[in-house]
Amino acid sequence: MIPVCALADIRPGEAVRVDGDPPISVFNVDGELYAIDDTCTHQDASLADGWLEGCLIECPLHASCFDLRTGQPTGPPAKVPVRTHEVVVQDGHVYVLAVAVPVTT
Amino acid sequence: MRTITVVGASLAGLSAARALRAQEFAGRVIVLGDERHEPYDRPPLSKTFLDGSASLDDISLITSDDNLLDIDWRLGTRAAALDPSERAVVLDTGERVVTDGVVLATGARARKMPGPAGVHTLRTLDDALVLREELRQGGSVVVIGAGFIGAEVASTARRLGLDVTVVETLPTPMAGPLGVEMGQVCAGLHARNGVRLITGVPVSGLVGSSRVRAVRLADGREIPADIVVVGIGAVPNVEWLAGSGLTINGGVVTDARCITDIPEVVAVGDCASSFNDHAGTVIRLEHWTNALQQPKIAAASLLGRTSVHATRYSVPYFWSDQYGSRLQFAGHRRDGDEVEVVEGSLDMSFVAVYRRDSRPVAVLAVDQPRLFGRWRRELASEGVLS
Ligand SMILES: Cc1cc2nc3c(=O)[nH]c(=O)nc-3n(C[C@H](O)[C@H](O)[C@H](O)COP(=O)(O)OP(=O)(O)OC[C@H]3O[C@@H](n4cnc5c(N)ncnc54)[C@H](O)[C@@H]3O)c2cc1C
Ligand code: FES
Repeated sequence: MIPVCALADIRPGEAVRVDGDPPISVFNVDGELYAIDDTCTHQDASLADGWLEGCLIECPLHASCFDLRTGQPTGPPAKVPVRTHEVVVQDGHVYVLAVAVPVTT
Repeated sequence: MRTITVVGASLAGLSAARALRAQEFAGRVIVLGDERHEPYDRPPLSKTFLDGSASLDDISLITSDDNLLDIDWRLGTRAAALDPSERAVVLDTGERVVTDGVVLATGARARKMPGPAGVHTLRTLDDALVLREELRQGGSVVVIGAGFIGAEVASTARRLGLDVTVVETLPTPMAGPLGVEMGQVCAGLHARNGVRLITGVPVSGLVGSSRVRAVRLADGREIPADIVVVGIGAVPNVEWLAGSGLTINGGVVTDARCITDIPEVVAVGDCASSFNDHAGTVIRLEHWTNALQQPKIAAASLLGRTSVHATRYSVPYFWSDQYGSRLQFAGHRRDGDEVEVVEGSLDMSFVAVYRRDSRPVAVLAVDQPRLFGRWRRELASEGVLS
C-alpha cells in the first residue's frame, strides 16, 4: 500500500499527487476517492493539475478528458486509458494499492 | 429538430457531432467534409507527424466509439451555399441537403503565396505528406512568417538536420498574439537553436522558374532555398456563405452561445467570430481547444439548452511546441497591457503575466505547466474583462 495523505488533506474537487514511478493521483469527487496514474497517456502532462468536473478529469495540456472510475478517455487527443487504482482509507489516512485495476472497456 | 447538418469534418465538426449525441439528440446527424480523409488532428502536422515520429494512425481523431454514434459521414463533399429560406445546404454538385439545424465548422485555410515547385503551405494532411517527403531530401529551408506554424516548422526542419532561415516582415515575431517583449523571447528561441531569423524586411518575391531557388527580400537580398514554407496566416472558409444573410466579420459572427443571425444555424471553431465573455468582444480564435470545446456549447444552443461549461471555456488557450520547449498561453492580450515575468528566467523556463489596470488578463509560460495552470484557473475565475 502506498501512503498518500490524511483524509482531510484531499478536499472535495481537489487532487493529491504521490510522486513515484509512475506518479499516482488521488481525486476527491464529492467525498468519493479515485486514484489513477497521474501522467496523461497522450503526452507528459500531470492530470492532478487538470480540471475536475464530476467524475471527469480534463488534461491541462490538450484537454482530453478521462473518466476517473474507468480510466477511459472520453475525447481527443488521448486514445489510451489511464490505469486506475484501488483507494483504501484506514484510521483517517488514504492509501493506494500499488497494483493497477485492469482497464475495463 | 429532426436533422442536423454539420459542414466541415475536422475537429470542430467531429466535436459537434459527438456533442449532439452526448446531449441525446436522437435525430439524423449528417457531417459534410470536403477533404477525403476521416477527421485527423492538425497540431502534429507541424510537429511529430512532420518529423516522422507520429503515424497516420496516431493522428486520426476517430475512435471506435464514434462508430456507435450513427453519423452519416459524407466525406469528399463540398458545400457551395447555404439557402436560408428552405434551410438547405447546397452542395457543389447542386444537391440540396434540407435540414432543420446547421453547424458551420469549415475552419480556415492557409494563406498562400504563388510560386514554383518547392513552395509549400501547411494546413492539411496532404500538405504535410508532401512537405515531409521534401524535408527528407534535406537542403536549405526558408520559412516565410515567424508565427506559430512557421516557428514549429522551422524547429522540426532544424531537428531533422536541415539548414533553416526564418524571414518575418514585422520587427518582432509573434508581436500580435504575445506582444513585443515576449515576441523577442521567441526570437531568442530561434537563435539559440541555430536558426537564422531575419526580421523587419518583407519578402518581395520567390526566385526560380521550374523550382524555387531563393527567396528575394525587399532590401534586395536573396536567401538561397531548396524548400520554402509559407506560414503567413490562415483565412476562414466562409466565402461559400455569401448570400446566406449571415453576418461575416472575419469569420461567421455569433453570440457567446455560438448562435448566428439565424437561430437554427450555429458556427464553431476557426470559422467563427464569436462573442467571447472573457475578452468582452467578438474574436475569431484559431486554437485547437476552442474547436474542441465550442461545439459543446453550440450543440446545447441548437437543442434549446444552455451549456454549463460556458464560463471556463471562454478563456482562450493554446500551446505550441518549439525546439523542445512548450509554450502555453491563456487569456486575451491587447496592446498596452503590461507584462511581467513572475517566475523563472526568460532564457530558460518562465511564467509571464499580462495585466490591464492591474488585473491579470493573460498568461504566457514556457516549460512551466504547473504554475501556468494556476494562473489559467485564476483567469477563469476573474470573469468578464474590459
Ligand atoms: C500545422 C498546424 C499546427 C497547429 N498547431 C496547433 C497547436 O499547437 N495548438 C493549437 O492550439 N492549435 C494548433 N493549430 C490550430 C488547430 O489545429 C485549429 O484551431 C483546428 O484545427 C480548428 O478546427 P476546425 O475544425 O475549426 O477547422 P479545420 O481544422 O480547418 O477544419 C475545417 C474542415 O472543413 C472543411 N471545409 C472547408 N470548407 C468546406 C466546405 N465548403 N464544404 C465542406 N467542407 C469544408 C475543411 O477542408 C476542413 O477539413 C494548428 C493548426 C495547423 C494547421
Ligand atoms: S498531454 Fe494530455 S491531452 Fe495531451
